[in-house]
Amino acid sequence: MNALYSARARKDKIVRVLCFSAAAFGLTWLALILFTLFSKGLAGLSPEVFTQMTPPPGSKTGGLANAIYGSVMMTIIGVGIGTPIGLFAGTYLAEYGRHEKLSFYVRFINDILLSAPSIVIGLFIYGAVVVPMGGFSAFAGSLALAVIVIPVVVRTTEDMLLLVPNQLREAASALGLPRSLVIRRIAYTAAKTGIITGILLATARVAGETAPLLFTALSNQFWNVNLMKTMANLPVTINNFVQSPYEYWRQLAWTGALLITLAVLALNVFARLLGAERKQK
Amino acid sequence: MTDLQIKTDMSQAAAPSMGALANKLEVRNLDFFYGDSKALKSINLGLAINTVTAFIGPSGCGKSTLLRILNRMYDLYPGQRATGEVLLDGQNLLDPKLDLNLLRARVGMVFQKPTPFPMTIYENIAFGIKLYENLSKSELDGRVENALRGAALWNEVKDKLNASGLSLSGGQQQRLCIARTVAIQPEVILFDEPCSALDPISTAKVEELIDELKEKYTIAIVTHNMQQAARVSEFTAFMYLGELIEFGQTTKLFTSPEKRQTQDYITGRFG
Repeated sequence: MNALYSARARKDKIVRVLCFSAAAFGLTWLALILFTLFSKGLAGLSPEVFTQMTPPPGSKTGGLANAIYGSVMMTIIGVGIGTPIGLFAGTYLAEYGRHEKLSFYVRFINDILLSAPSIVIGLFIYGAVVVPMGGFSAFAGSLALAVIVIPVVVRTTEDMLLLVPNQLREAASALGLPRSLVIRRIAYTAAKTGIITGILLATARVAGETAPLLFTALSNQFWNVNLMKTMANLPVTINNFVQSPYEYWRQLAWTGALLITLAVLALNVFARLLGAERKQK
Repeated sequence: MTDLQIKTDMSQAAAPSMGALANKLEVRNLDFFYGDSKALKSINLGLAINTVTAFIGPSGCGKSTLLRILNRMYDLYPGQRATGEVLLDGQNLLDPKLDLNLLRARVGMVFQKPTPFPMTIYENIAFGIKLYENLSKSELDGRVENALRGAALWNEVKDKLNASGLSLSGGQQQRLCIARTVAIQPEVILFDEPCSALDPISTAKVEELIDELKEKYTIAIVTHNMQQAARVSEFTAFMYLGELIEFGQTTKLFTSPEKRQTQDYITGRFG
């Protein structure tokens, strides 16, 4: 066989082995994490987790009901606030501002925000909202989550709208559609599943955020629905409980971690299913 | 295709005399710029009412640019501007104060690639109509059916009007786009290489359609396919490097062109 060819074949084999090992390495840790999470988390899973409040120190009973409620509430409000802002900004970038200088700066700042450490965002909201309002609150927590949601939604909205072929916009304009209708009825419709997928992924992202809530919503041992007061939530509860000396608390922390993981997994699977449906069309 | 075949094709087309027909659209001293580069150089021509005019020429000659001026499509992009006059029934459509949406309702356009909207077949047609008219459900149904019949698509889609427009074949999609354009009852229809993405059978159907449509509409078509120009049009404009080299009756332009460049192009010596 040709020497050049066999050298190339050898290189191919080496690179293939490297790629395979890298993938196996990554997946091993993921499998170990999931295994530990499931074995420790499942042990504490019981109906009480969903019905009882987080226990006081030393207690042998209690659940995560208030923390689950708080996480769901703050995630929904955060996504609710962040999504429209992100949608509008993404629409500006992809539709109106395509040829504007401003979009360059908006996109640049958005990229920075996208990769900003979430603890920085938590501190920012602490300084901007918590201190002036005179205390920690679920509202401040939701705002911190919204700030994380915004850049994700801006990015997906812009990317998905840019995937809509320009010909479709031209065809719509050629029928005499005003710009606003071209965007609302044609571009949004064509990009719909992609944008919804992005919002779901943003939801999954903030559902597990701890740092932004640590300085904003704090936590609360009791059931609270008042957004202006501190509110329990899963990530901060896990953070507090896992460091405690109480066996029961640590058990609840594992169970909480499992619940978040399952919720995020469900959101991701749902987002994937939506994406797959889009490809089939 | 040999010259002889072209002659045979052409002899079947009725040859209208140029002066006898009124112009629906008149282009006068038209220049067009992409930024600083001049893409069209003092174009003068007229589109006679209820006829088909073909624009031919090598890639980059400006024929699509010219077409996109006739419905002000270029206005969607910054840095593009036209000077001169384009008169639609005597009204200058380059007027900056002109309402573009109303203009585009009068001057429809069909694109190179089929562009059905991401909605049902029925909605693809009804959507445009509803922009301008407030119709009852039954009136709207009638208009949709008429448009689809007009585009020779009704029999193929009448049982699946609620299916996605994207589920149709390429040729059907293109006829859906024609139906959509016809549905809002324009006066002029611009075709920008409407068959270049279609197979020969679909192409034949679209050409047949264009031939029927000219009874009601004034039509301009950009095509790379000279046989197509010869088959569907009464008048042909040959463009080269942003200039209108020759414009006249299709029969004459393809059989005894006046300019050397036209002759070279239609006989395949360049372009």
